[in-house]
Amino acid sequence: MKYIDEYRDGRLAKLIADRIAALADAARSYCLMEFCGGHTHAISRYGLEDLLPANVRMIHGPGCPVCVLPIGRIDAAIALAARPEITLCTYGDLMRVPGTNRSSLLEAKAAGADVRVVYSTLDALRVAETEPEREVVFFAIGFETTTPPTALALKTAIAKGLGNFSVFCNHVVTPAAMHHILESPPVRKLGSIKIDGFIGPAHVSAVIGTKPYELFAEKYCKPVVVAGFEPLDVVQAILMLVRQINDGRHVVENQYIRAVTRHGNDKAQAEVANFFELRESFEWRGLGELPLSGLRLRPQYAAYDAEKRFSMMTPRGKDNPACECGAILRGAKQPAECKLFGAVCTPDTPMGSCMVSSEGACAAQWIYGRFREKAPQANATRVVT
Amino acid sequence: MCLAIPVKVTEVLPGDMAKVKLEGVLKVISTALIDDIRPGDYVILHVGYALTKIKPEEAQRTLTLIQEASMGVAP
Ligand code: SF4
Ligand code: SF4
Repeated sequence: MKYIDEYRDGRLAKLIADRIAALADAARSYCLMEFCGGHTHAISRYGLEDLLPANVRMIHGPGCPVCVLPIGRIDAAIALAARPEITLCTYGDLMRVPGTNRSSLLEAKAAGADVRVVYSTLDALRVAETEPEREVVFFAIGFETTTPPTALALKTAIAKGLGNFSVFCNHVVTPAAMHHILESPPVRKLGSIKIDGFIGPAHVSAVIGTKPYELFAEKYCKPVVVAGFEPLDVVQAILMLVRQINDGRHVVENQYIRAVTRHGNDKAQAEVANFFELRESFEWRGLGELPLSGLRLRPQYAAYDAEKRFSMMTPRGKDNPACECGAILRGAKQPAECKLFGAVCTPDTPMGSCMVSSEGACAAQWIYGRFREKAPQANATRVVT
Repeated sequence: MCLAIPVKVTEVLPGDMAKVKLEGVLKVISTALIDDIRPGDYVILHVGYALTKIKPEEAQRTLTLIQEASMGVAP
């Protein structure tokens, strides 16, 4: 496919990796965090880590919205879906995310709840339109890429007078999370991680632009390279980061110029600003409560805000204590360090969110990495089929 | 979840919608988030919405830079 295949040339990727190896100073290590699940996926799928010299290490960050959604929000969605008048529409990724006691929306559906997978908010609107007797709630999650489609759905619902449509908003913002990985005391306490630079998200940046990272790069003296999701994009970004680190520079560079500008998509930003405002604080799985990191509907749209309309409560969900998603999301541990990895936790039987979404670090490791990795002891009994 | 993909616009439809081609399959998407869509444009498609246009010149420039980097020339 055009604009995809050209960026998957394995021979070129190898040559660039050789450049990286030549430039990387053997006396130091380069710990680079790819914030975004899309990059984690590309790195695992194309085995990019194998191409890199041993002193250039990739750390998987918390950039998959499915992985960072706290369990209490899943529990709240399940409770909402159980109400007889409600039709809960959601993206497919959320169906199998385990809530407390491993309940899930999929199970709720099997037990009779009206839960429907939609590809787009346009589909959710269609349900509301064609079934006016149902209360249609869109279970919205995602970073800045998925927020504009939710905003447009609200705009359309209002324009069409769809009184039976509302949104359970779980949208989160990227720069806040990057900030807290470096800043927040609990994160520091729970496992300090060395990060020398960031690969910034691709499509999030198409919406917000590269500008929001500038202050970040300045404040923390960390280089940021915004990169596309294809393998050549990722290796080029790593090369750009290694160069910056070698030069002692820390600026924002844009590898993904074909889709990302400094200012991003104004129109999308305006739609989002119109409907949403920052919450004082929002819980992230593995990172805890992060101030100014999540969005809610503005008060004037309370009628469309499922949390208000149905007086929803967010219960304190209980994570499986053996699941290491939290440490993995902070970049403090690797999937294979989790005792459950591959033993009881696989994409078919996920115990934690990192195994659910294909962009989760555990799933990426399981699908593409398990044959390469030396089996850690805890997994010795794993049957590889 | 943000694994959006490039698709080609084949027809611009009324009401900020467009037809796109995705692996030979035609699909109708919303273009309400971007301006000035024309047939032949490539856009990044995410959950039914075009998020941004792809700039062909910049795509070419990136490929050139990658080529050069692989030869150890470029910055
Ligand atoms: S392997 Fe499973 S249980 Fe362990 S951290 Fe990953 S998702 Fe959680
Ligand atoms: S683009 Fe957004 S949703 Fe997609 S993997 Fe990156 S941060 Fe996650």
